[in-house]
Amino acid sequence: MTKRRIVGLEGSFAIAEAVRMANVDVISAYPITPQTHIVERLAEMIADGELDAEFICVESEHSAMSACVGASAAGARVFTCSASQGLELMHEVLYIPSSMRLPIVAVAANRALSAPLSVWCDHSDVMAIRDIGWIQIFAENNQQAFDLTVCAYRIAEDKEVLFPAMVHMDGFYLSHVTEGVMLPDEEEVAQFIPDYEYPFVLDPDNPVSMGCYGPPFIYPEAKKAQEVDFEKTKPKIQEVWNEFGDTFGRSYSPVEEYQMEDASIALLTMGSSGETAMLAADEMRAEGREVGLVRLRLWRPFPFKEFREAVKDVELLVVLDRALSFGMGGPVCSEVKSALYEKRKELNIVGFIGGLGGRDIPIDGFKYMVNRAVERVKAAEWGEEMGPEMIGVRE
Amino acid sequence: MAQEQEEKLFLPRFITTDENFAPGHRACIGCGEALAVRHVCKALGNNVIIVNATGCIEIFSSLLPLTSWRVPWIHTLFENVGAVVSGIESAYKARIRKGKIEDRGVVFVGFAGDGGTSDIGLQALSGAMERGHNFLYCCFDNEAYMNTGIQRSSSTPYGAWTTTAPVGKKSIVGQMTWKKNMPEIAVAHRIPYVATASPSFPFDLMDKVKRGMEIEGPAYLHIFSVCPTGWRCPPEITVEIGRLVVETGIFPLYEVINGEYHLSVDFPELKPVREYLKKQGRFRHLTEKDIERIQARVEEEYQRLKEKVGGK
Ligand SMILES: Cc1ncc(C[n+]2csc(CCOP(=O)(O)OP(=O)(O)O)c2C)c(N)n1
Ligand code: SF4
Ligand SMILES: [Mg+2]
Repeated sequence: MTKRRIVGLEGSFAIAEAVRMANVDVISAYPITPQTHIVERLAEMIADGELDAEFICVESEHSAMSACVGASAAGARVFTCSASQGLELMHEVLYIPSSMRLPIVAVAANRALSAPLSVWCDHSDVMAIRDIGWIQIFAENNQQAFDLTVCAYRIAEDKEVLFPAMVHMDGFYLSHVTEGVMLPDEEEVAQFIPDYEYPFVLDPDNPVSMGCYGPPFIYPEAKKAQEVDFEKTKPKIQEVWNEFGDTFGRSYSPVEEYQMEDASIALLTMGSSGETAMLAADEMRAEGREVGLVRLRLWRPFPFKEFREAVKDVELLVVLDRALSFGMGGPVCSEVKSALYEKRKELNIVGFIGGLGGRDIPIDGFKYMVNRAVERVKAAEWGEEMGPEMIGVRE
Repeated sequence: MAQEQEEKLFLPRFITTDENFAPGHRACIGCGEALAVRHVCKALGNNVIIVNATGCIEIFSSLLPLTSWRVPWIHTLFENVGAVVSGIESAYKARIRKGKIEDRGVVFVGFAGDGGTSDIGLQALSGAMERGHNFLYCCFDNEAYMNTGIQRSSSTPYGAWTTTAPVGKKSIVGQMTWKKNMPEIAVAHRIPYVATASPSFPFDLMDKVKRGMEIEGPAYLHIFSVCPTGWRCPPEITVEIGRLVVETGIFPLYEVINGEYHLSVDFPELKPVREYLKKQGRFRHLTEKDIERIQARVEEEYQRLKEKVGGK
């Protein structure tokens, strides 16, 4: 009989539980708000003998990721976590494990970027690392933070995958909020993510050279191979999420729909604001409006097929960006437009930028976006330009 | 001489004919770094994992799809050798403790240039030394960023011409600052072993590599590496320059074992620095006054070192 139990956990502790159950060998991390509770809890677990791992208290995030690279290349199961300035500082290193195929698992407690300094949530840090070649997954609540971290090990370490994976969890909204989390039995988790053998491990008995120098006659081939393999991870990711569902009763998919049946208007969110948007959709449905919600769970590799399928019948797509690409608008909105351009040129897509630096977006905020989007589509028909709009900001 | 005696003289110096750093690499003719790496690898043997920073060594040894490395070797970035080696060492430690692999006494080694060590990689190295990981770090000091075209580093000596410390009409000495004393920075971390070496003294170099490997905890080895290309000197005098730098007292060979200083070679009298400087194009603009200033500084530093040796 397995022992599953519901425990009140903040998002950070839920992540720490997942890492403990994954029985990692090496943790290397540097503290930054709002990620600190994860590293503190892990350090405590090691000090209490609940987890047998080396904790490398590095002197920077650059070194945190570098040490993970070394440990992973030496065959260890590793973990790190960061946010905001920390992710920016490790930015250079993030490309290494994806190009050298090291299955590192990391968590980002998403936070705004300086200046001005802000410790609160937005997705500026995520957008700055879009192109690092990691599998990137968004959690909306603490249960998902736990589940998706467990799944991330299973996905990353799959011999057909061998890419690093990052779980995004909104800073404070999840990292510091306590919710009930269903914790599975440790044995079950151990079976779900068994010990693995990294196939190209640094070992004197079988010398390999890793990270060689790639001149023009070979660099593009290396990059193409990486991209082809990265695309191939999509079915594997779904497979792991399905299997997780069969075992633990909660399954996930790259694009998740809510109230989308016969919806003519769809909201699109990533991360914790999806839960507020659900309430907004409920209220608007009650008012008789055909509003649904699409949440992007898998951010990279981008789930083109599933996304196009999810919005195939809508007339208006309302995209929320919690980040700003200066001079360009919302990065998610740009990507979504490019994902749909070939298939559905006629679909109206209206983007909003909101929730920067921890500014809350209430239920009414989503209703406003829907109403405003309808207005703007009309205005556009009369020739008005449809640039990005920031919501919830004082003029 | 009796054969037995001959063997005694010869055998301790007997070095392996194995080349774990394989020939065929693309270093310039007369490269002192390549020579030093070769000697270091002979002393290291097979049971090692090498972490290499970006720089000449990485570029001339690993052009895809070829490699000069017959031992496990990893390069990732320029400034993170200290951190990558920490990760590898920790991975072995954890996996051995958890019974996933056997303990076979693998030695973890970091390789970096002077730029990768005393400038951009200093923080990661300091962290690794402070945390006490069990590893040997070799800095191959050719006194500038050679891989990117002879730009100055904090390890470039006073008076040397480089492409970013050029000799112009107004600025006439080249590098205006004195060389950063990286071995002393390592000593300040109170690690068990710090030493300087030059491939022109190959047995001394190899002995130091062996000691660095055997000592538990961090070991730091600073290796003087002549770069004929960047120093504007003929490739056939690499070994001579590597000897002169020691004989003039500019780069003394010493060890600091658990805080105790030992001079590896001492000379009753140092040669004048002029003999060293005059052989290299990078110093050819120096006036007599500049040379005197360098001479005075070298004597002062040498004296300071000897006091440390005597003080113990
Ligand atoms: C972060 C970063 N900055 C700059 C560079 C460019 N770069 C590559 S090697 C190098 C100089 C290496 O100098 P050093 O460490 O002294 O090694 P050497 O080539 O002289 O052996 C520089 C500046 C880089 N690769 N990465
Ligand atoms: S530039 Fe100097 S250090 Fe680099 S390979 Fe040539 S001689 Fe060696
Ligand atoms: Mg150099």
